[in-house]
Amino acid sequence: MEFFNNHKKLFWAVFLFFGGLTLLVAILPALENQRNFRPLPNAEPLSDAAVKGKMIFIANGCVACHTQQVRNVDMDKTWGSRPSIAADYAGDHRIDVWRNTATLMGTERTGPDLTNVGLRQPSAAWNLTHLYNPRILVKESVMPAYTWLFTTTTKPNPGDVVINVPAEFRDDAGDGQVVATPEALQLLAYLQSLKQTKLPDGRPVPAFLYKKKDKVESGGSAKTTAFDGAALYATNCQSCHQPNGEGLKGAFPPLKGSPVVLNDNPEIMVNIIMNGYSGRIKEGYGPMPAVGTNNNLSPEEITAIMNHEKTSWGNNARAVTPDEIKKLVDLIKLQGTTK
Amino acid sequence: MCYSLAIIHLLFSAMLGKAFFSVHSVAGWTLILFFIILILLLATLYLYFRTSEIRSLAPGRKGEMDKRQLDEYISTLDKQQIDRYLENGKPSPGGKEPGVTRLAFAPFLLGITPGSFWGETGVLIMLVLLLLPVLAGVVVVIFKVGNILRQEREKQRLTEAGRFSEGLSTLSPAERETLLTQRRDALGYSLTQRELIGELAPEDEKGLLSNITSHAALPVVPVKKRAVKRPPIDPALARLVLAYIGCATFWLVVGTTVGEYLGIKFVAPDADHVSWLSFGRLRPVHTNMVFWGWASLGMLGLGYYIVPRVGNTPLASLRKGWYSLWLINAAVLFGSLCLMGGINNAGGEYREYIWPVMALFALALMITLINFLQTIGRRKPKEIYISNWYIVAAIIFGLVIVTVGYLPFWQDGLGETIVQGYYMHQAVGMWFMMFTLGIVYYFLPQQLNRPIYSYSLGILAFWTQILFYTVIGTHHFIFSSIPWWLQTFAIVGSVGMIIPVAAGTTNFILTFKGGWHKLSSSYTLPFFLVGVVFYFTGSMQGTAEAFRTTNLFWHFTDFTVAHSHLTMYGIISFFLWAGMYAVVPRLTGKEPPQILVGTHFWMALIGLLFYTVPLMYGGTLKGLLWIAGKPFIEGVTLMEPFWLWRAIGGSLMWLAHLFFAYNLYKMTAATRIKQKDYGILQQP
Repeated sequence: MEFFNNHKKLFWAVFLFFGGLTLLVAILPALENQRNFRPLPNAEPLSDAAVKGKMIFIANGCVACHTQQVRNVDMDKTWGSRPSIAADYAGDHRIDVWRNTATLMGTERTGPDLTNVGLRQPSAAWNLTHLYNPRILVKESVMPAYTWLFTTTTKPNPGDVVINVPAEFRDDAGDGQVVATPEALQLLAYLQSLKQTKLPDGRPVPAFLYKKKDKVESGGSAKTTAFDGAALYATNCQSCHQPNGEGLKGAFPPLKGSPVVLNDNPEIMVNIIMNGYSGRIKEGYGPMPAVGTNNNLSPEEITAIMNHEKTSWGNNARAVTPDEIKKLVDLIKLQGTTK
Repeated sequence: MCYSLAIIHLLFSAMLGKAFFSVHSVAGWTLILFFIILILLLATLYLYFRTSEIRSLAPGRKGEMDKRQLDEYISTLDKQQIDRYLENGKPSPGGKEPGVTRLAFAPFLLGITPGSFWGETGVLIMLVLLLLPVLAGVVVVIFKVGNILRQEREKQRLTEAGRFSEGLSTLSPAERETLLTQRRDALGYSLTQRELIGELAPEDEKGLLSNITSHAALPVVPVKKRAVKRPPIDPALARLVLAYIGCATFWLVVGTTVGEYLGIKFVAPDADHVSWLSFGRLRPVHTNMVFWGWASLGMLGLGYYIVPRVGNTPLASLRKGWYSLWLINAAVLFGSLCLMGGINNAGGEYREYIWPVMALFALALMITLINFLQTIGRRKPKEIYISNWYIVAAIIFGLVIVTVGYLPFWQDGLGETIVQGYYMHQAVGMWFMMFTLGIVYYFLPQQLNRPIYSYSLGILAFWTQILFYTVIGTHHFIFSSIPWWLQTFAIVGSVGMIIPVAAGTTNFILTFKGGWHKLSSSYTLPFFLVGVVFYFTGSMQGTAEAFRTTNLFWHFTDFTVAHSHLTMYGIISFFLWAGMYAVVPRLTGKEPPQILVGTHFWMALIGLLFYTVPLMYGGTLKGLLWIAGKPFIEGVTLMEPFWLWRAIGGSLMWLAHLFFAYNLYKMTAATRIKQKDYGILQQP
């Protein structure tokens, strides 16, 4: 055919065909998105430190293993209170003349999603220790150790942030104290800034799809799903308080033998879970985040966690019931709103 | 095995996701009904033909045998039978008297025509239930009919033997004797084995024979054919092609050394605490180096050989070829150094090089495009051979992709992600796959010494690949905040990919048809075959991964890593090796050590399977674990053994590359034999 034997016609056709489709599926949708979406009105801009921290995050290729997108499927509920929407990324622009926009949505979850990590794990001590070597806190972790973001000094200056590293994880001889460099603190600031922005009131929240079907189908008896306390503990508490409940000396207090956990009156324990706690900073323990509130734990889930803590590692306290915890949680929420 | 696993998962999830087929729906039951009726119809047809065969057998032939028939039967006797007859004077018809059983069956199967009012699921189920025993009955009938047919044949054989015997006895003994003895002597005749070769010693005056084994011994591996001598190539072009292949091999070895180290880091995360060797920085070094360094340079090198050859004209400019080579090498070198130094383009796979680095690569593509187009413009044949369609199109696409991916105007916010999906998948499919297909369309027919099966299939695959592949980029971001319609579009395009992939695979396999015996005597064809197999399975796996339901358990897991290795390694790298082993001996006149080519092949193949199968299996388990809502860290512990297997498979692959590099060395530099040492052998 004449058309196929004329290289100019053939390759122009190929170019235009491909170019047209490119316009249709890449360039036009991208331009459309740019035009249609603005950041949410209550979105907080990154602090200067966090902006620098984001650059460190980018430079070290963290996006290879950490996504920043909550998909609209039920299994992604762990990573945020709502699915991510286009507006969440609308504030991202080209970084500088050398580097492209960084939505950092990622394509692989070798590590956890970080969309909401600032709410889930805000603790400075935890994050810095974890950056120095993740296996100090999570022994199964395969994340690299970022020891080059830290220095060792025998005499820390007053403003220095010192972290408590067990001897076996020290790269150096072990004399002197491990101090976070400004880069480590900037990266920390960036991680702490990663929080899902609440949608403005009245906006419908996009739904999570592919919900898990309830097992209660026949019979009609409203069996409450039994929550796995050990699994919930692993997801929400274990990275600080450790699988053996002994915490980490000088950083996170033990739950094994803890008077709060063993107390027959669950009031204080529920309060700490829902509101966080910073009463033992003088002893060297970091402040505890409000895990229950941040992670949207239901009273039933909190009960399961509490009962796991109260009956494991040699602890032998009275088990609590969902009903009494629900009352306490409702009371705390009520106090929170009246404040 | 894994693909069937994938397909089972696919079907299973499709049923869960109330997709297109369900046993709870009218459509589902109608489908089952349809198939049963279809089987019944086919069975009826089969039975019809078998029974008419019985009918034709039944009457048989009667009466006395004439001479011609007798001769015909004698010619079927063997030597032993004749001997026995001559001794005993009786034919020995063997076999027992068959017991005749007759089965009358009524064609009750016909007449099943469901009316339109039978649309209710219940009715359809009932119909299916009724038809199932009928189906079983048909099976029984088929066996019975077969049996009758066999018995009838046996019976007929016996009567014929009786008639034959009678016929023989009507002859006079002398006549019979001569007839049979003649036949026996004829059967006993054998050649002296020297009729054709004569009594002279063999001589090869025109040098037509090669591959002569003078000292036969049990070989460790079968000896493969050596490359056929071809018209000489311009030595300057040969140097350019070899330089491309050499540089590509260098980046392959370095790039996979980095990859191997990354695989080890999954097993030993504290292997080092050096910033520029940390996982996040080295990962893009590995991926980009094997992409732009190994695969791209390898493809272009083979392209520089193919494009002038199929145009039957010299390359437009050798100098431009060298410029491209230097530019791409510079891009990979600077890009890798930047990445290790923490300078990257901010996320996005295969788009990690910053634009000044990628501009070098784009410039090289531009120069090559001009060079190739000028060469094609000066071609001698009127037609443009299909290899050149694919190769030039791939370079045009590569340029468009890099331009769209790096221009800043449409990259704010989610725009970046939309472009990223497009960029990374087009780079894979429209640059690497397209170019490699062009290479296969040249080398596969050449190595098989037969034309490509169908030119039209190649053209169909060409246009449908552009149509479908271009739109599937966003299937990497299913369930993300990218517009839902764009995601759906990408899924539909992924399904459409069945057309070009099936067309291409069919074309290659049918080109192999009739030439399969060449597989065992060639050291390039096995590479092609593996490439073709992975072309089909790897690409179809991509389609399977694109669905919404499969995204639930495969997305974000190590399954994706396995998929990218199955395709970029199983397809692209294997095809490139095939092409390189085909072309380098032609350029240098030196062969690689065959046993080491075999070692390279098997280590790469087994390594790839050790790498990918555990990752696919573990990745699926991890996805299911996430769906079950288990703590994230359990997924990490779950993967530990699979990551170990990956490291083992990766090590095998890496070793295979060392063998390949050595083979390339043997085919080029190392074989320059000094005239002095060789002098004695060359004495007349």
